[in-house]
Amino acid sequence: MAMSAMDSRTLVRDSDTELVERLRHGDEATFARLIDAYSAPLLRLAVTFVQSPSVAEEVVQETWMAVVTGIGRFEGRSSVKTWLFKILTNKAKTRALSERRTIPFSEFDSSNGDEPAVDPSRFLPASHPQWPGHWATAPQPWSMGPEGTALDRETLGVLRRGLEDLPRAQRVVVALRDVHGWPAADVCAVLDLTEANQRVLLHRGRSRLRAVLERYFADADLREPDHV
Amino acid sequence: MTDDITTDLACKELVEIITDYLEGTLPERDRTRFDAHILTCPPCREYVAEMRSTLQLTGRLTPESISTGARDELLRAFRRMKASSTGL
Repeated sequence: MAMSAMDSRTLVRDSDTELVERLRHGDEATFARLIDAYSAPLLRLAVTFVQSPSVAEEVVQETWMAVVTGIGRFEGRSSVKTWLFKILTNKAKTRALSERRTIPFSEFDSSNGDEPAVDPSRFLPASHPQWPGHWATAPQPWSMGPEGTALDRETLGVLRRGLEDLPRAQRVVVALRDVHGWPAADVCAVLDLTEANQRVLLHRGRSRLRAVLERYFADADLREPDHV
Repeated sequence: MTDDITTDLACKELVEIITDYLEGTLPERDRTRFDAHILTCPPCREYVAEMRSTLQLTGRLTPESISTGARDELLRAFRRMKASSTGL
């Protein structure tokens, strides 16, 4: 599974023209590679539109079927990647409308509401004579377990739940950037975001995840005071 | 006065520009203030380390993908499409 993130980076470097040619000639291995590289990010985007995971999977499936039947009509005006995500977005929006759900693209507008990265009560007030805006409650070092241990797996589980709990727009941006390893420009292109909006969503999402981990490590230290 | 690069950055401000810092999109002058700040502020150094750890851990999450059944179905559809377009 970890391979797919790597494949999606490799595929991006492939020439789109060659990719499309191979698909048109019915090269099944190329199609399989495309499915493996992009199904996870497509699914990630689909769940921002439709609530149910099974409906999201159906939308991804419909997207791939549209690729199978529509590859002959691909004109190369955008990258294959952007084309794929546009198909998904259209299908997911249609599905969301038929489910009478509000299309969450308003959520991609990062201008609404201020969301501090850290609880403001952790800082000294601006009126502090010596240290205005400096830490009142400083972050404590994390006692992370070595990779592969039970403690490490537990941490990743906590982080995964934290990611799923993020507001939808933050979740899809953080997942594409940090789980799938996409460059910022690709995320902006497929989600139709400005660079500034993309960065605000990334910042808020990452800051929330840091806070989730901080709480988890603080609790873990309380549970196991002797843990080294 | 405002051009003085030694103008200290409040920790509360640093945690809001850290993503721009890590993304390499922070203007030169703010970058210098950021670097100067973490040099003398251990809690902020810890904060930067925690953000880096968060990114590193997130990068280890495995993407959830479609089921094997769904994948097989797509490959079958692809084969059918190929067969019908070549008249086989």
